[in-house]
Amino acid sequence: MRPLLSAFLSGLLFALGLGISGMTDPANVLGFLDIAGDWDFRLMFVMGGAIAVHAALRPFILERERPLFAAKFPSFPVSRVDSKLLVGAALFGVGWGLGGYCPGPVLTALSSGAPQVLVFVPAMFAGMFLAQLLQTRRSERAGTPLPDTMPSRPPESVGAAP
Amino acid sequence: MTSSSFLLPLLGGALLGLSASLLLLANGRVAGISGVVGSLLAPVRGDIAWRVLFFAGLLTGGLLLAWLRPGSFAAPGPLSASGVSLLVVAGLLVGFGSRLGNGCTSGHGVCGISRGSVRSIAATLTFMATGVLTVFLARHVF
Repeated sequence: MRPLLSAFLSGLLFALGLGISGMTDPANVLGFLDIAGDWDFRLMFVMGGAIAVHAALRPFILERERPLFAAKFPSFPVSRVDSKLLVGAALFGVGWGLGGYCPGPVLTALSSGAPQVLVFVPAMFAGMFLAQLLQTRRSERAGTPLPDTMPSRPPESVGAAP
Repeated sequence: MTSSSFLLPLLGGALLGLSASLLLLANGRVAGISGVVGSLLAPVRGDIAWRVLFFAGLLTGGLLLAWLRPGSFAAPGPLSASGVSLLVVAGLLVGFGSRLGNGCTSGHGVCGISRGSVRSIAATLTFMATGVLTVFLARHVF
């Protein structure tokens, strides 16, 4: 029960942070990306604030032997930049610049019922599904087991929550 | 520049950092939204409930915002046919790109950079660059 409550609270905090910071309004995001126009730099502070807090708290959290309600912390694989990462990020950025929405804010904005969100979200899930399908196909064809492509879900911690 | 012009973004950002820290501390998970929610499309037994609850928290937070701070969201307006197709293309790219690149603004931009991941720094610089370029082309060229 407790890991479910903490996940819920984390999602709730995340949504409030996005709303208060201005990320849930695509006009702000597009204004931030429009450096050649009347540049709205405010969203720099969102990323700055988030990184400052998380980078400060992270070392204290990882001093623990294990998370409060799970068996182990995720393993962070050694950083290696590959073309899949860069192509994915590049396509993501184009979509972000076209719509002004990225996954967190647009899912938070579902509650507003705005028609643009109701169009964007199903398309986004379709895109996610396509990418996952492609990666499964590729690893099947290569005859190798699916690599650990999702850093948020290392295989050894699957089902770890007690 | 008024103080509120950067105080609210800073406060909101701090809440995002707290949320990511809570999820790591309590659940041992990285708060990358495309990963947390996207993995529900190929669910693995025993690894579903916390994702659903995180998603429910996002939606509940959205409801609270819509109730207490409706200006947080774009005003709902009528959509033209070209507006719809633009949003569909944008959504497809955001979904496909975030899964192919293993993360989005939260996973790479916040969590990854916080731990100094070279992959996340490269991804963030890349999507910032193509995002800026896309807006430049859309607003100042075409």
